[in-house]
Amino acid sequence: MSDFPFLVAMIAVPAVGAAAVAALPKGRELLAKQLALGVSLVVLVLAVLAAVAFDTGGDRFQLTTSVAWIPDFGVDFALGVDGIALVMLLLVGLLVPLVIGASWEDGAPGADTVREAGTEARSMRFFFAWLLLLEAFMVGVFAATDVFLFYVFFEAMLVPMYFLIGSFGGPRRQYAAVKFFLYSLVGGLIMLAAVIGLYVVSTSELGEGTFAFDALRELDIDPGVQKLLFLGFFVAFAIKAPLVPLHTWLPDSAAEAPIGGAVLLVGILDKVGTFGFLRYCLPLFPDASRYFAPMVLVLAVVGVLYAALLAMGQSDMKRLVAYTSISHFGFIALGIFAFTTEAATGAVLYMVNHGIATGLLFLVVGMLIARGGSRQIGDYGGVAAQAPKLAAVFLVAGLASLALPGTNSFVSEFLVLIGSFPERPVYAIVATAGIVLAALYILLMYQRTMHGPARGVVAPLAGDGPAGPAGTADEPGGASATAVLTAPARTAVRFVDLSRREIAVVAPLVVLILVLGVQPQPLLDIIEPAVTATLSDLGATR
Amino acid sequence: MIEAPDLSLAALAPLLFVFGAACIGVLVEAFAPRDVRHPVQVAVALVGTGGGFASTLVYAATQDLSAGGEITAGGALAVDKAGLFLQATVAGLATLAMLLFAERGLDPARSAFVAAAAVPAGSPRDRELATATRVQTEVYPLALFAVGGMMVFVTANDLLIMFVALEVLSLPLYLISGLARRRRLLSQEAAVKYFLLGAFASAFFLYGLALVYGATGTIRLGEIRQAVGEDGGDVLVVLGLALLVVGLLFKASVAPFHSWTPDVYQGAPTPVTAFMAACTKVAAFGAILRLLYVAFGTEEWTWRPLIYGVAIVSMVLGAVLGLTQTDLKRMLAYSSIAHAGFLLTGVLGLGADGAGSGLAATMFYLLTYGLTTLGAFAVLTLVRDGDGEAGHLSQWAGLASRSPLTAAVMGLFLLALAGIPLTAGFTGKFAVFRAAIEEGAWPLVLVAVLASAVAAFFYLRVIVLMYFSPPAADGPTVGVPGIPTTVVLAVTASATLALGILPGAVLDLAERAAIFVG
Repeated sequence: MSDFPFLVAMIAVPAVGAAAVAALPKGRELLAKQLALGVSLVVLVLAVLAAVAFDTGGDRFQLTTSVAWIPDFGVDFALGVDGIALVMLLLVGLLVPLVIGASWEDGAPGADTVREAGTEARSMRFFFAWLLLLEAFMVGVFAATDVFLFYVFFEAMLVPMYFLIGSFGGPRRQYAAVKFFLYSLVGGLIMLAAVIGLYVVSTSELGEGTFAFDALRELDIDPGVQKLLFLGFFVAFAIKAPLVPLHTWLPDSAAEAPIGGAVLLVGILDKVGTFGFLRYCLPLFPDASRYFAPMVLVLAVVGVLYAALLAMGQSDMKRLVAYTSISHFGFIALGIFAFTTEAATGAVLYMVNHGIATGLLFLVVGMLIARGGSRQIGDYGGVAAQAPKLAAVFLVAGLASLALPGTNSFVSEFLVLIGSFPERPVYAIVATAGIVLAALYILLMYQRTMHGPARGVVAPLAGDGPAGPAGTADEPGGASATAVLTAPARTAVRFVDLSRREIAVVAPLVVLILVLGVQPQPLLDIIEPAVTATLSDLGATR
Repeated sequence: MIEAPDLSLAALAPLLFVFGAACIGVLVEAFAPRDVRHPVQVAVALVGTGGGFASTLVYAATQDLSAGGEITAGGALAVDKAGLFLQATVAGLATLAMLLFAERGLDPARSAFVAAAAVPAGSPRDRELATATRVQTEVYPLALFAVGGMMVFVTANDLLIMFVALEVLSLPLYLISGLARRRRLLSQEAAVKYFLLGAFASAFFLYGLALVYGATGTIRLGEIRQAVGEDGGDVLVVLGLALLVVGLLFKASVAPFHSWTPDVYQGAPTPVTAFMAACTKVAAFGAILRLLYVAFGTEEWTWRPLIYGVAIVSMVLGAVLGLTQTDLKRMLAYSSIAHAGFLLTGVLGLGADGAGSGLAATMFYLLTYGLTTLGAFAVLTLVRDGDGEAGHLSQWAGLASRSPLTAAVMGLFLLALAGIPLTAGFTGKFAVFRAAIEEGAWPLVLVAVLASAVAAFFYLRVIVLMYFSPPAADGPTVGVPGIPTTVVLAVTASATLALGILPGAVLDLAERAAIFVG
């Protein structure tokens, strides 16, 4: 069973699926959706089977495959997963089908979709094709055990996401897509210089250049060189993760991306940054990691607080969720650079939990926007009375996001804080304030949109009295024609509750939030050996 | 008694093919009746370039090249492995360019070239000819002479031959730059600018040649190396070297010797621009590599700072000025300047005794860049409005919804030029950056990656326009390419992908070919 090349299949299946979906003739939108969903479910099954085949007590890297790819550069097409990569692959496998389900009605004729005024309907065929291609690259980036291969997937990932944002995003999608691409590209190119540097170091130490992670891990690199190479990798990952002050692209990209793109962007793509810290920065450059740890910790803690404060100030729901993510990435970075097994295990668990909780939050926000057609918090009110199920899921997602005990995020946040406290008490204490802020921004958003009287785009129920100050609702004639240019005309609508499709999309995440909140042990069992191995590369004492 | 110089016909076969075809082309021009001239000329040109390409491959495959190659024609030419690789690259790219020249389906007047170049632009006769379907075929023999010059250029074993080859390749290029059928004045202006500046650069080269000869008493590259190695570089040698390099950098459109590039790229007929961007670049860098590695390899520390600085200037200037362009041809011209800088980072990877991977990396980069840029210019010929090609950026808005395939192919070339993984551009970039870092030039590589990021912005801008912008109401039409252009696009696009995904075989070839003799 474990001889089956799961990882190759998990890359090949969505890549071929993407080509097939893109090659479908025009007008076969339904078939495209079904095909895409089918392909992504196959990947999910493969991911689960891979997890079953994974032996938690076995070698560090399992399910390995290695084929010579570019012999002149010493590059192998080498795949393999440790526990950290495995849980990320599970997350990829889980989120992609849900995202496809959530985007099912986008682009359907007459459907009031995530897209706003100024964007015309587009063929959703390519949306699903790009999504599947992105999935293939995401699997590749986590499964690569060759640094060159990792870099290739790391950069290649940009292209599908760029088209997802640029072709299917909101009104400022062009700006957001280019900003996203350039930020990531700058980081990636700096990392490229470091990747080559690493290769050159390996040439001088081993006589023959290599990109194989296991061989590079054994290198004994001069501390000065280590610092430079560390910074090369770190900048790329810090942009990806994103850490303050390199974060400004994320709110724009996440806000303008279609909801499906935003879920994958924040849920998975950004995790490549924190994954990179753990997989590459710490083991390859142990001395430099220790040297720079205080700097990273400061950035992390500043990020936790600063992004949380910014989140409170947002009026746009998608931007708000994006800022909460930046705050959470601060916690993850804190956990990683505290250099204790507990904290780092917590950080990896946090990566998974954040994908689930924030993914759900984005999905619900997307469902809300699909109904109301506005991203502004101030345009909503009293939704809970009309769509109680929607409100309930929103609350679950919000509570998970603020790490209420009993939800999955609590376990990971607690592990990060308790794990970093013995080593880095000051940072841990300061970061704790972020939890308080999280409660504020989540609950305020929930309260404003879900409770109170119906207002804005939410039409009051019969007998509820007159509508609130929904001024833009039914202005006829010339006035609204100019208004369309500045802000989309919004008609107040009755909010229907979640459809069966939507329930099917959110249910797995809600269940996981609750189950992982009380029973995180299976995941911890997978993660912990890999974290221990990583920290032993670092030579950490605890 | 005077002995005839030894000539290895096998080694010279590629040159004979190209120059022979060029001479036959001149005869065809003189004697063939007008109505069969075009097909005959196209056939002759394709046989010449294709034969040149094939014969280099045959020669490389059949001869024993264990010594690296042979020096022939009385010591004037060094047909070595690197020279063969570069010759094959030039001839192969030229074959594709000839196909672009031969395209007759796109312009309503059936050709991209002016019917009678001597008729003054704007005269009544010119207006009459502008709509006539008469085609002009001098361009084929002229281009063949240029190709022949380039192939000599990359194998020249002494400075005088190098100079002659420089002129042989340059003079026809000056002429064919002025042959555009539309916007003739712009085209003629480009030709004059190119000629004046080019003549100036040739003079620099010649002066440098004289100084080097004065200092070393020889013009043979190998003997220069010996002489310089014995005496060390005196002032004359250093000055001469600098002047020689300036002359070559001009041809390679490296900033700060680039000022002709945007104007000429914009004014010349697009197929000619494609030809120049791909083939001239290969030839000029081939000569730079040979000059620096063979004649001045021991003087690395004399030229290294110069190349280092010029590379930075070229990358930064090309990338930054490329941002401000609104015309696609000018944008690709600045991209070519930036890429020249990236190529120079590879040139720095000489290594002790030439053992570095710089030569292989630069040659591979030349191949990938040539293919990609040729393809990009080929796409430009497709997008047209009533006044010829629609080169202004704004006209490309929404192209993807009008012609998805054209936009996809262009997008691929742009991503390759930006150096995104899984395209040929990335493999090439990786190779030259590796060569430079191996030689400790990591600050240069840092500048290079930042310049790449800046340059990526303007490539992306085109993608944004094509894919994310609504189409303009009176946008350009996308011509249906004839067989020649289709072949070019198919070859360049698939090569761009193949060299990105599975570059192993070609990289290996470049690695094995990275030997100069002389």
